[in-house]
Amino acid sequence: MKQNALNILPDGQPVPVSTYTAFKATLRRDLLIALKRRNDLLNPLMFFLIVVSLFPLGVSSDPQELTRIAAGTVWVSALLASMLSLDNLYRADYEDGSLEQLLLSPQPLYFLVLAKNIGHWLVSGLPVVLLSPLLAYMLYLPGDAYWTLVFTLLLGTPVLSLFGSIGVALTVGLGSRGLILAVIVLPLTVPVLIIGAKAVADVSLGLPLAMHYSLLGALLALSLSLAPLASAAALKISVN
Amino acid sequence: MSASPQASVGTAAATSPLLEGRSLFCERDDRVLFSGLDFHLHGGEVMQVQGSNGSGKTTLLRILCGLNSNYEGELFWQGVPIDEDRESFLASLLYLGHRVGVNKILTARENLRWSCALHGPVSDVAIDEALASLGLAGYADIACRNMSAGQQQRVSLARLLISPARLWVLDEPFTTLDVRGVKALEHLLAQHAARGGAVLVTTHHALNVPCELRRLNLDTEGVRLDAASA
Repeated sequence: MKQNALNILPDGQPVPVSTYTAFKATLRRDLLIALKRRNDLLNPLMFFLIVVSLFPLGVSSDPQELTRIAAGTVWVSALLASMLSLDNLYRADYEDGSLEQLLLSPQPLYFLVLAKNIGHWLVSGLPVVLLSPLLAYMLYLPGDAYWTLVFTLLLGTPVLSLFGSIGVALTVGLGSRGLILAVIVLPLTVPVLIIGAKAVADVSLGLPLAMHYSLLGALLALSLSLAPLASAAALKISVN
Repeated sequence: MSASPQASVGTAAATSPLLEGRSLFCERDDRVLFSGLDFHLHGGEVMQVQGSNGSGKTTLLRILCGLNSNYEGELFWQGVPIDEDRESFLASLLYLGHRVGVNKILTARENLRWSCALHGPVSDVAIDEALASLGLAGYADIACRNMSAGQQQRVSLARLLISPARLWVLDEPFTTLDVRGVKALEHLLAQHAARGGAVLVTTHHALNVPCELRRLNLDTEGVRLDAASA
C-alpha cells in the first residue's frame, strides 16, 4: 500500500476544499455522462423535433393557421421535451449510490444541485433553444418573432430545468412514479409556458414585450435562488 | 508512518471520543431496531457493528452519517452535537454504502475525480496511485460497467486512499472482494487506525485486523459494548 496517499494533516483536520472545485467537478461529471450516453443527449431534441413537425400534419398545412399556433406549439414541445429528460437528473445517481456521496459532501448542497441543474439545462434546454428558429421557420412564424422566441426560450428553459428538478428530487425514491412527476412539475412550469408563448404571439400584434420579459426574468431569478434549495431538501427526504 | 501525528492524536483521543452516540433509539415499521444505544469511538479504533440480517446495522450507519433522520437520541462529533456543526463533521467523514457510488458509464478515474473533489482537492497522480495499490493499475480508463462487481467495489474503496477524512464509515465493504482484496482492506483499516483515524464497519466477515478491534452487537439485549483485541 502507498503510505503517502493517505493525507490526514498532522492535526487530524482534513484539507479544505473550495466550493467552486466541487461545483465544477459535479458539472463536468454530469456533462461527461450526457456525452457518453448519446441517447440522453439526442432523445429530448428528437422528441422536440418530432412533436413540432407533427402539428403541420395533424392540424393544418395552411400557413396562416400555422402562424397562429407556431409560438404555442414550439413552447409546448419545449416543455414536454424538458420533462422527458428530467428523470436522468437524479435517477442513476440514486440507484448507484452517488447521490449519497453528493449529500455527504461538506460543500453547500445548493451549489452542487445547481451544478446538476445547469448540466441538465445545457444538455436538454440549450439544444432546444438553438433548434427553435429552424422549427419556427417550418411553422411560418413571422420574421420579427424569431428573436423573441429564442430569447423567451433562453429565459424560460432554465426555469423548466430548475423547477423540474424539485419534482424529480421528490419522486426519485419512489418505485413506480407514473404520472406523479408531471402532476408535481406542471403547475410550477405552466406559468413559464403561458408567458413565453404569449410573448411570441404578442410580437406579431405589435404589443410591448417588457412585461413578459420581466416576468420571465423574475421567474428565472426566483427559481435560480430558491429551486436548488428545495431540490436539496427533497433529495434528503428521498434518501431517508 | 511518522510518529508525531500518532502521538498528538493519541493524547487528544484519550480526552474525548471522536464520535459519540447517546441513548439512540430507532424504530422501523413498528419494530424497535435499537433502543438506549450508547457508544463512543476514539481515534485509533476500529469498531465492527455486528448483528443478524435486519438488525439495523445499515440503518445505524446511515443515522450516524445524517442520511437517515428517523431516530431519537444525540450524536456528538469531537464533543460537539453534530447538528450544530455538520459541515466540519462531513469534512471528516468518508461513507461507503453498500451501493458503491460508482457510475457505470464513467471510467474509474472519472468516478474518483468527482467523488474526491466533493471532499478535497485531488490530483490525477493520487488517483492512479490509489487504483494501482488496489490492483486496478490498468483499469483507470475503462468504463465501470465493464468491470466485475469486485472491481467496482475496489474503485469505490480507492477513495479510502485519497480521502483526508478521519472517520471512515463502511457498510459491508468486504462483500464482493476476493481473498487478497480482503487482506488489503484489513491492512488499510489498521493503517488508518494507526494514524489516529477511526473506522466504523459492518460486516459478517470475521475481521482480522492487527489493531484494537471493538464490537458493537445490535442483537444483544440492552446493547452492550465489549472490547476485544484481535
